[in-house]
Amino acid sequence: MHHTQHTLSVIVENDFGVLSRVATLFSGRGFNIDSLSVAPTNEEGLSRITIVTRGDEQVLEQINKQLYKLIDVLKVLDFSDGSALERELALIKVSAEDDSRAEVLRIADIFRAKIIDVTPKSYTIEATGNPNKIDAILELLRPLGLKELVRTGAVAIGRGAKGWNG
Amino acid sequence: MKMNGARIMLECLKKEGVTTVFGYPGGTVINLYDELFNFKEIRHILPRHEQAGTHAADGYARATGRVGVAIATSGPGATNTVTGIATAYMDSIPMVIITGQVPTALIGNDAFQEVDIIGITRPCTKHSFLIRDVKDIALTMKKAFYIARSGRPGPVLVDFPKDVQMSQGEFHYPEEVEIRGYKPNLSGHPRQVEKAVTMILAAKRPVMYVGGGAVLGGASDELTLLARKLTVPVTTTLMGLGAFPESDPLSLGMLGMHGSYCANMAMTNSDLIIAVAARFDDRVTGKLSTFAPHAKIIHIDVDPTSIKKNVRVDLPIVGDVKDVLTKMIVQADKNSEKLAEFSAAVEPWHLEISTWKKKHPIDYVQSTATIKPQFVIQKLRELSDDDAIISTDVGQHQMWTAQFFQFNKPRTLLTSGGLGTMGYGLPAAMGAQAAFPERQVITICGDGGVQMNIQEMATLVQNGLPVKIVILNNNFLGMVRQWQELFFDKRYSSTCMELPIDYIKLADAFGAKGFLATKPEEVEDVIRQGLQHSGPVIMEFKISREEKVLPMVPAGASLNEMVLNA
Repeated sequence: MHHTQHTLSVIVENDFGVLSRVATLFSGRGFNIDSLSVAPTNEEGLSRITIVTRGDEQVLEQINKQLYKLIDVLKVLDFSDGSALERELALIKVSAEDDSRAEVLRIADIFRAKIIDVTPKSYTIEATGNPNKIDAILELLRPLGLKELVRTGAVAIGRGAKGWNG
Repeated sequence: MKMNGARIMLECLKKEGVTTVFGYPGGTVINLYDELFNFKEIRHILPRHEQAGTHAADGYARATGRVGVAIATSGPGATNTVTGIATAYMDSIPMVIITGQVPTALIGNDAFQEVDIIGITRPCTKHSFLIRDVKDIALTMKKAFYIARSGRPGPVLVDFPKDVQMSQGEFHYPEEVEIRGYKPNLSGHPRQVEKAVTMILAAKRPVMYVGGGAVLGGASDELTLLARKLTVPVTTTLMGLGAFPESDPLSLGMLGMHGSYCANMAMTNSDLIIAVAARFDDRVTGKLSTFAPHAKIIHIDVDPTSIKKNVRVDLPIVGDVKDVLTKMIVQADKNSEKLAEFSAAVEPWHLEISTWKKKHPIDYVQSTATIKPQFVIQKLRELSDDDAIISTDVGQHQMWTAQFFQFNKPRTLLTSGGLGTMGYGLPAAMGAQAAFPERQVITICGDGGVQMNIQEMATLVQNGLPVKIVILNNNFLGMVRQWQELFFDKRYSSTCMELPIDYIKLADAFGAKGFLATKPEEVEDVIRQGLQHSGPVIMEFKISREEKVLPMVPAGASLNEMVLNA
């Protein structure tokens, strides 16, 4: 079976325990979560959960249907077809001593990342972009010594003029 | 008029038409019980264990089609309902469970008898609510009942903190409820229905495979009409028994692990399976890779997640089963000129099926020395009322009941199919008897399961619920023993019950009546006496100890690989 990564955007009632219902669904049925982020939206009483998950066609169909089956879920958007813009933010604390200090700055500059904290031995970098871009900057920084990494997980929004509900 | 939250809750139940609840009092529901004390419109039945109370509400719901209601206090009261809730969830039974909760200010503090029951039951409820304000009670209950009974039904838990019960508020029950994230698709798509009928009329070896949804959806009449109109053979799951009369020549009986030879052979050789509100459970399909290898599949279900979950589906129809079958009948009538041709085309298929039926009918070897359990079930069918309600526990007796009782009417079999809950039978019968005081309610149990909720004898006697308890006693946990015999070289690890119990004395101790049969010739007499007795009864039958349930598809084998003889 062909496994593909999917980014799902789930519009939910901003109710007590809704995140727990979604998480329980994934763990209880053995679905993968590569990343998950959640926050309220511009619409009163609604939150948006972005889940990056993997599976074959049948599994993804089940994930979709099972999410819809939750009473608090209003809409599930599947952005696997490249119809969306995806962004992620990473905070990266990287060793930066002697000759590696300039290298870290160069890498940050190439990725248009910001230095948000500096010590004599480290830089803390704020990088945003498509999750692939975050992976790429990490690959370059890793040999220099990653001290700490925090990623938000992807958020996604559809391209074009329309909102999710038209 | 202002009233407290506890009273508002009872007014909500009344608005929902609830007349009977099963509940157990405690610290965090004492205010609710105080209001219940003078609330004459609702009959409260006190079980002897919250699990039994929940099963009773479930049995009530299965027998009536209405939403069953159970009440428990917080903490241990609430956790005791979990098995009952999970049982109802697996079989899609509409139920509302009201649990007391510690006062809102104490939630999360590990207060006395506090437990996160919403968290515990999240995977086994259709939905759940925590009521945090007296103003929210009415809308919450309206939603809870609506969710429980609509779409694919299921249990809904309402957690009801003590301080909310004590707060004063106004009672206004909403007429309508709108839940924007919950819109079950009830109407089957006409184009899909058209295609389905076209597919059926083109089939040579069609079979209808009917699940519990046909019973829950009240679609027995439509199902029967359609099957007879098209002359398509019908097999049902355990949960589907009663949806189609087993007395009908088109009936193949139950399919699956302990299904009939003809049903399993029909599925394996079919070229078109019409799945009617069934969910292709592993006990039905056997090995998935060899399941129905030649068949196209039409799947009718109200729950889209059931479709394509386990098997590929060629034509899905999402919708209420009654609606879809009604539309299919209309569509079949439009094609009436093709029906005769179709009947002729499927004639060889009917002949093939009748050959299978004759070759290996559901049968057993009668004995003059020991009581055969199958014989007891057959005698029970013969001597009980046509509309008797039968509940079972889980195990060998359950399968013998499914094989030999012959169910002809919906909602006459109450059994835990999905979860397979031992201890279900007696309390479920109690719930059904509370709903139908005048009907015969019989629970068929093994000696293992009956001991799991035997305390409910007290509830039966106290409330004048004349349930007839049939115990098929082999002094074994029979189904596990059967597996140990077949697959574990007869190593009967912990399946022998060792201690013989005197069930006549036991019945006596509860103020009920006990009867015992140890020889085949005593069976009929015991059943007659037991059924005639006006109060609750135990009828114990000492059965042949190592009798097996056959046929059997071993776990993981293909559906046509049945063990037919001992």
